Amino acid sequence: MFLIAFALPAFAGPFEDAVAKFANDDFSDTEEAIGVIAGSGSKLAFPIINALQDGRLMADPDSKKVYVTDADGKSIDAATGEAVASVPDSASAVRLNNRLRRSVDAALGSLTLQSPDLGTRLQAAQSVFKSHEETALEAVDAALAKEANKSVKAALTEARAAILLFKSDATEVEKLEAVATLKARGDQDALALLTGMGDQPASVTKAAASAIGSIQNSLAVWSMVQNAWYGLSLGSVLLLAAIGLAITFGVMGVINMAHGEMVMIGAYTTFVVQEVIRTRYPGLFDYSLLIAVPLAFLVAGAIGVLIERSIIRFLYGRPLETLLATWGLSLVLQQAVRTMFGPTNREVGNPSWMSGAFELGQITITYNRLWILLFTLAVFAILLAMLRYTALGLEMRAVTQNRRMAASMGIATSRVDALTFGLGSGIAGIAGVALSQIDNVSPNLGQSYIIDSFMVVVFGGVGNLWGTLVGAFTLGIANKFLEPVAGAVLGKIAILVLIILFIQKRPRGLFALKGRAVEA
Amino acid sequence: MFNKSTHDIAASFSRRGVLAATAGLMLGLASLTGAKAADDTIKVGVLHSLSGTMAISETTLKDTILFLIDEQNKKGGVLGKKLEAVVVDPASNWPLFAEKARELITKNKVSVVFGCWTSVSRKSVLPVFKELNSILFYPVQYEGEESERNVFYTGAAPNQQAIPAVDYLMKDEKVKRWVLAGTDYVYPRTTNKILEAYLKSKGVAQEDIMINYTPFGHSDWQTIVADIKKFGSAGKKTAVVSTINGDANVPFYKELGNQGIKAKDIPVVAFSVGEEELAGIDTKPLVGHLAAWNYFQSIKSPENEKFIKAWQAYTKNPKRVTNDPMEAHVIGFDMWVKAVEKVKSTDPDKVIDALPGTEAKNLTGGTSKMLPNHHITKPVFIGEIKGNGQFDVVWKTPSLVPGDAWSKELDGSKDLIGDWVGKKCGNFNTKSNKCLGSGS
Repeated sequence: MFLIAFALPAFAGPFEDAVAKFANDDFSDTEEAIGVIAGSGSKLAFPIINALQDGRLMADPDSKKVYVTDADGKSIDAATGEAVASVPDSASAVRLNNRLRRSVDAALGSLTLQSPDLGTRLQAAQSVFKSHEETALEAVDAALAKEANKSVKAALTEARAAILLFKSDATEVEKLEAVATLKARGDQDALALLTGMGDQPASVTKAAASAIGSIQNSLAVWSMVQNAWYGLSLGSVLLLAAIGLAITFGVMGVINMAHGEMVMIGAYTTFVVQEVIRTRYPGLFDYSLLIAVPLAFLVAGAIGVLIERSIIRFLYGRPLETLLATWGLSLVLQQAVRTMFGPTNREVGNPSWMSGAFELGQITITYNRLWILLFTLAVFAILLAMLRYTALGLEMRAVTQNRRMAASMGIATSRVDALTFGLGSGIAGIAGVALSQIDNVSPNLGQSYIIDSFMVVVFGGVGNLWGTLVGAFTLGIANKFLEPVAGAVLGKIAILVLIILFIQKRPRGLFALKGRAVEA
Repeated sequence: MFNKSTHDIAASFSRRGVLAATAGLMLGLASLTGAKAADDTIKVGVLHSLSGTMAISETTLKDTILFLIDEQNKKGGVLGKKLEAVVVDPASNWPLFAEKARELITKNKVSVVFGCWTSVSRKSVLPVFKELNSILFYPVQYEGEESERNVFYTGAAPNQQAIPAVDYLMKDEKVKRWVLAGTDYVYPRTTNKILEAYLKSKGVAQEDIMINYTPFGHSDWQTIVADIKKFGSAGKKTAVVSTINGDANVPFYKELGNQGIKAKDIPVVAFSVGEEELAGIDTKPLVGHLAAWNYFQSIKSPENEKFIKAWQAYTKNPKRVTNDPMEAHVIGFDMWVKAVEKVKSTDPDKVIDALPGTEAKNLTGGTSKMLPNHHITKPVFIGEIKGNGQFDVVWKTPSLVPGDAWSKELDGSKDLIGDWVGKKCGNFNTKSNKCLGSGS
């Protein structure tokens, strides 16, 4: 049959009929067409289905003609393969839904199993594994015979096992082998296949049950590792949000309720930077965050200095008034941003190096979380070095430990106050750059972090940066081990209760400052 | 708002000189202070948060009502009088909603109020509307289990959104295992209770249903997304039904995208994610995830195209999106205008009696009707997220679905109906033939 279609494309055969079905804009017709075309053996099959996946397959409902277009504007008639000058205006891209996307993946999988490109072959083997349709078995066997690359070969073997497991007329030996292959794979996908395989001969069911048991055991161990990683990641976010507050509240003792808004300003700075890059220098997009970090520090820091000079310096030593004033200030800042940028979320894109994930054993590590963890540790290290080794750091410590003494040594204490507050605010701004990658950029961004930040600083011990670090990671990990057991809502409550109990026992937090600085 | 009025004033300067501008300014001031000349206008209250957490969603609805009033006034107003908006800001503060509602009705003497988003804000204003006998149009999908004489519900009841969405997944995607994920408050909890009962009635086993609640504004979704992945690897097709609210959606979808959960593996159908919410995310990794609504901006109908054009012209923003609750206000506003014109009065009792049976064109090409239980008939659409932040409709109900005030799936409410025409009762028990009376 396909020989005729292939040799004489001008005649209407099943292939042409199938192509014409794309123009019906009906999901079941499209599905039928995909099946026929993928099995037709025509050399047009791959370009058509590939175009369908990318939304480049155009169909004209009036003339029932279907066209394959490519990125640089060239198009061919899908039924004949002849080039056409232009696609009529009435044509629109053939629509897909989830069911069809799966069919397209399966079809493309068996069509590209022998592609010259290694990555494509691997992907093809994986999509055949996922769809494990009997029709693909022949193609898999053919590809296996020719395949030289080790990892593709392994993927193909797994795909073959998946198909055989579901094939009703496969022999018991084949099925047992398939179970063994899947057991060796040992991940959640293998588990899904084994649990969902339905009726099988007794020996296969037994082998599958033991395979399921062993996979589940190993996954249980991995899930502990995973919880620990999630805890570190949550801890790093908490630390990042709290680290600025550790300076304004921890070191200076200002109850700064507007701290969250500094984070928000940092996030909006990132948004503005990305907007400028998007419109003027689209090539720089991957560097947008690197550009945003110093800018966010400067913007938030400058606003911090301004706040200190205009409000907070009149309120030192009056915690209640400070609390109310900064609380009011946080509302003012929120509404100001809402008026300037609108109440809706703003889109901050992820640069390519912050999107996606990689597999480490059986856990998935997302790049954005990994980078945020590293970034947080870097910020922490720089801050620590700054306080320890620079003149400003020395002055800051001197002023916060004993203001009068520092003043009599010739330190301009009010200047140091302003700079310290600016530094804390600037670091909050940097946190905003990172948080814009995982959270909403909206005027409310800061509010959701302020409570957590205070919790971390108080728990870790006021005035101690190391305490903040340990506090953040402890809370993060405790939270993530509680969450699977207690649920997100109860987990959060449990953490709060634990902190309250802890503070009863040790009012000064994990690492209390000792010596005369405490009384100052 | 502010930008617009300064722009108008500037325009007047160039056109008619300083005198006209001063007059315009004074008019503007008069409308701000609540207008002394009350007799020649009909006042319409707008009770939507313009600050605080809910401002993200509700500000658009305020603009929608102002736009609708503007359009109506161009057509000559209602009963020969101009409409005048009275906008208040309840600031996402639930008790303040009640105060502001009272202020609108007693001080500003509005004839009708369009407002509220969250169920808790609606519940907080209910006693005020009952006591002062006024009318509230509520435009947001909600959990049902309510029918009040003074409230008209133009958003979807659960049987107009959640149930059809689950039906679609069951039939078209052959989903056998369900994750019901929601934010921890009344709407998700009630909706999930209804869905759980419905799924069980369709033969889904308890172990195939996972229910998960998260706090408001939850931002660390790693564990939950990993749990969903794990739950989905039991060899049965799995889907997530999401009643996650507002802000928490962005990090949720980002985490799904990053952990590589594609819609073709585990689709997520959401009831609170619309065009406005998607405006804040890169939707390319989300292509294929679903939302169930009664309106999508991408639906092609002459009414919709006309509306979008006028709306974008009014807001002077060619990219401004439209969404489902906006359409609910369009329908509600139209029904109110028709009812007022029918009884030739804005008297609440007369308008409340005239509203059931009133029909209004919806934007998707059908005609919605106000039912005796104060809910309306609506079509239900399932849309897939596209790469450009819009939705592609993949399924719709063959006809308009009438809203149930009381869910047929829950034991406590399956015998109840709301009927303000014949029975004059919001919670009439059809078994015992009795009205349960107040205390819905």
